[in-house]
Amino acid sequence: MSAPGALSWYEAGARQRIAVLLDQSSFAEILGPAERRMSPHLPLFGLPRAFDDGIVVGRGRLDGRPVLVAAQEGRFMGGAFGEVHGAKLVGLLRLGLTERPAALLILFDTGGVRLQEANAGETAIAEAMRAIADLRAAGVPVIGLVGGRAGAYGGGGLVAGTCSGLAVSEAGRISVSGPEVIETNRGAEEFDARDRALVWRTMGGKHRYLIGGADAFAEDTPESFRKAALGLIDAAAPFDLATLEAEQARLERRLDRFGETLDGRDVWARLGVNDPEGIPAATDDAFRASAEGCRESARDAR
Amino acid sequence: MSAWGREREARDARITAGRSLADGKHVAAADAVALLEAVLRPGDRVCLEGDNQKQADCLARALAACDPARVHDLHMVQSGIVLPEHLDVFETGVASRLDYSYSGPQGARVARMLSEGRIRLGAVHTYLELFARYFVDLTPNVALIAAVSADREGNLYTGPNTEDTPTVVEATAFKNGLVIAQVNAIVERVPRVDIPADRVDFVVAADRPFYVEPLFTRDPAAMTETQVLMAMMALKGIYAEYAITRLNHGIGFGTAAIELLLPTYGERLGLKGKIATHWALNPHPTLIPAIESGWVKQVHCFGSEVGMDRYIRERPDVFFTGADGSLRSNRAFCQTAGLYACDLFIGSTLQIDLAGHSSTITRSRAAGFGGAPNMGSDPHGRRHPSETWLKAGREAGGNGDPALRRGRKLVVQIVETFGEGLAPAFVERLDALAFAETLGLELAPVMVYGDDVTHIVTEEGIANLLLCRDADEREQAIRGVAGYTEVGRGRDRAMVERLRERGIVRRPEDLGIEPLDADRSLLAARSIKDLVHWSGGLYDPPARFRNW
Amino acid sequence: MDRLSFRHATRRPHPGTRAEAIAGVVASGNLEILLERVLAPDLCTVEIETPVTGYGDVWEAVVADFVARAQPGGLRISINDGGARPDTVSLRLLQGARLMEEAP
Repeated sequence: MSAPGALSWYEAGARQRIAVLLDQSSFAEILGPAERRMSPHLPLFGLPRAFDDGIVVGRGRLDGRPVLVAAQEGRFMGGAFGEVHGAKLVGLLRLGLTERPAALLILFDTGGVRLQEANAGETAIAEAMRAIADLRAAGVPVIGLVGGRAGAYGGGGLVAGTCSGLAVSEAGRISVSGPEVIETNRGAEEFDARDRALVWRTMGGKHRYLIGGADAFAEDTPESFRKAALGLIDAAAPFDLATLEAEQARLERRLDRFGETLDGRDVWARLGVNDPEGIPAATDDAFRASAEGCRESARDAR
Repeated sequence: MSAWGREREARDARITAGRSLADGKHVAAADAVALLEAVLRPGDRVCLEGDNQKQADCLARALAACDPARVHDLHMVQSGIVLPEHLDVFETGVASRLDYSYSGPQGARVARMLSEGRIRLGAVHTYLELFARYFVDLTPNVALIAAVSADREGNLYTGPNTEDTPTVVEATAFKNGLVIAQVNAIVERVPRVDIPADRVDFVVAADRPFYVEPLFTRDPAAMTETQVLMAMMALKGIYAEYAITRLNHGIGFGTAAIELLLPTYGERLGLKGKIATHWALNPHPTLIPAIESGWVKQVHCFGSEVGMDRYIRERPDVFFTGADGSLRSNRAFCQTAGLYACDLFIGSTLQIDLAGHSSTITRSRAAGFGGAPNMGSDPHGRRHPSETWLKAGREAGGNGDPALRRGRKLVVQIVETFGEGLAPAFVERLDALAFAETLGLELAPVMVYGDDVTHIVTEEGIANLLLCRDADEREQAIRGVAGYTEVGRGRDRAMVERLRERGIVRRPEDLGIEPLDADRSLLAARSIKDLVHWSGGLYDPPARFRNW
Repeated sequence: MDRLSFRHATRRPHPGTRAEAIAGVVASGNLEILLERVLAPDLCTVEIETPVTGYGDVWEAVVADFVARAQPGGLRISINDGGARPDTVSLRLLQGARLMEEAP
């Protein structure tokens, strides 16, 4: 439970998250709000713009080490990738190649690509994935933190999947197609988007951690995400053929093992989790204890 | 039989007509339509149990499927118009007259059907009024009710959502009426007898469990800083000053924010044990932190709330429970408690005019009243004193011997100056008046009359209407807290400042509250998950409120 | 989209030395406010971009009250509005003004 007075990662905005994640006062923003790099497209739709186009990027320090950081603002248009938003992330990733920081952190909070700027958004997703691969090949870990309202969906889910390591909280969600998209395309019998417990059993933080879709499980606090990020930076494996082949093998095994299960609970039971029914209600500590020893591990390749 | 037993004879004839479809009292769901067609007579007064939460939905579907050639011109007398079937019966001609209390989700369709003349309206009542009329001149001939389970004899267990059932059955069964219950299950032995078998004539095993709407779940994640600010003002400026112990809350976010501030801001103000101890209230999930922190002595409930059953069961010191352990709610008794035993009602509304009249009716929606007017009124039949009641009475003024002076119930409207879609909450003229004109109603549907309202809380401040001495002062006090609405901008600034000097209008700073301190981190719970943790895992929220 | 612009004379420079601050976020019923200390100390400007049209007089009243209360001399204030209610606008303006008083 978030104690009264404590900052909740889920509730915090992009700027707040950066401020509490990094070393105090260490953050220097690139293309800050006063530069007014706003979407050229939204006014055509009669929609309001944001001074930072819903993403904050810049340099800072994490436990004394230099890092680059990007944080999406999930409350502005669901944190969606528009042209400027995407270009800021891609630009930051490319900056990483020249600056070689200790890590590049992406604080995801996105529903995917902004419909009004879909072409530019989709392009940005592809460019971001390419840039992450380049950066990882150059030995800079790219760490994703997922614990906001919007989760990491659509193209954001793809970018998250490209990271060296992911930390997720219980409220965080990682997927490509969102619940409503699945329901619309396949019907409510296939996936009832209003059944939020089902949504979280399928895409939520606990499930992703158990099946190795995320590498660290954080509480809904800045301290916990900070600790998780530091751990993931140190644990990042080399981005080489051996890592990728090991991950490919793991994913094939996963399909064999869980391919015909119909619900997250069945997956957890097969993993050997004690009391799969109790997983959604379990506290963070109890959950971590249950996951210990039986969760799948992604070996930092995904 | 003498000429004095005609109603009983008619009742016996109905039972005989239904008997061929029944095994004892039990009727299959598939035969429900045939049963209703057999026992109902044209022009019958029928209560189709539609409560605030619990719906006799299986019987509603059956009634809507009746042949209008056989069953027509029924007079529906029920508190809630909630399901589409409740209105479908007026489309088909099965029913033609209506007396009701509340029509939240169907409000727009009710308004349309009234204006089309498809429904002949008796009146829109408060719950207590409608219940009262069940015993005087709107006594049902047939009651179609809902319960959780029945045994072979027809003893009923209503479960935590007892709600209107005992009242409806009392009025029907003891005045030669017929009671038909739909139940989710037939059991060997009911957990407790809420309705004895000799008041039940037929039992229909429903095809699926009756629907219950989670009406009282307010997600703390959706509470705004403005609502936190208003809750702080209400606690410091009203609850603390009048030492309010016995109270009822409406269902809005503003009052839910007050519930969530008790263990934090209330604690800081040193109010624990001094306020908010005894409640007439549905089991609001947002009250859990206050209960767990030891603020709440007891709560009597109108109905229940989805997901709260286990929590209530484990807190029998606080809630009213049966020998089986589950909640026993009762709308009629709880409304009476809210009317007579509470010193404060605080709730929200959609529109307030310059005299303080308020209404939730808009031009296109006839939402009805429910219980707010009962709770939100000063009962002239009250005779017992309390410090809160007497203090409010003193503020209202008056002459003569103090021992002959009435106290006043505190009736507080807590509203944000602008509602959804930037609709102003303060208006020169209530939409309810236009609504009444359109439909030719003699009485505009006013939720709380201005002379019952004692305080209005907005984000701009608190207006204490008890201290106003004439209509002018009232109007300026209301304008003085109406923010940037046209009503607010139309204020006489100098007069509002004079009212402020007299404490009639009070700003946050007058109460020692800094608006910038009104932060969501003050809420004892900021998510539904927090509420689950507070409850020790006993609260099981509906799926749509979860994010885990 | 409505674009509104207000210009007020102020009696004193806004306290503090912070050059720039941002408060709030553009979302339904919310807004973001960018404050920059770039004007002469006896001047404050407020520019608003909002998709909700026809509320010019309300904005004017909200801004005038804020300026009278906070005396934000020297501040250029820019607002991206997502359909916020006037009380939310007031609150954000005051939050922004307080941020500008903090250490840079």
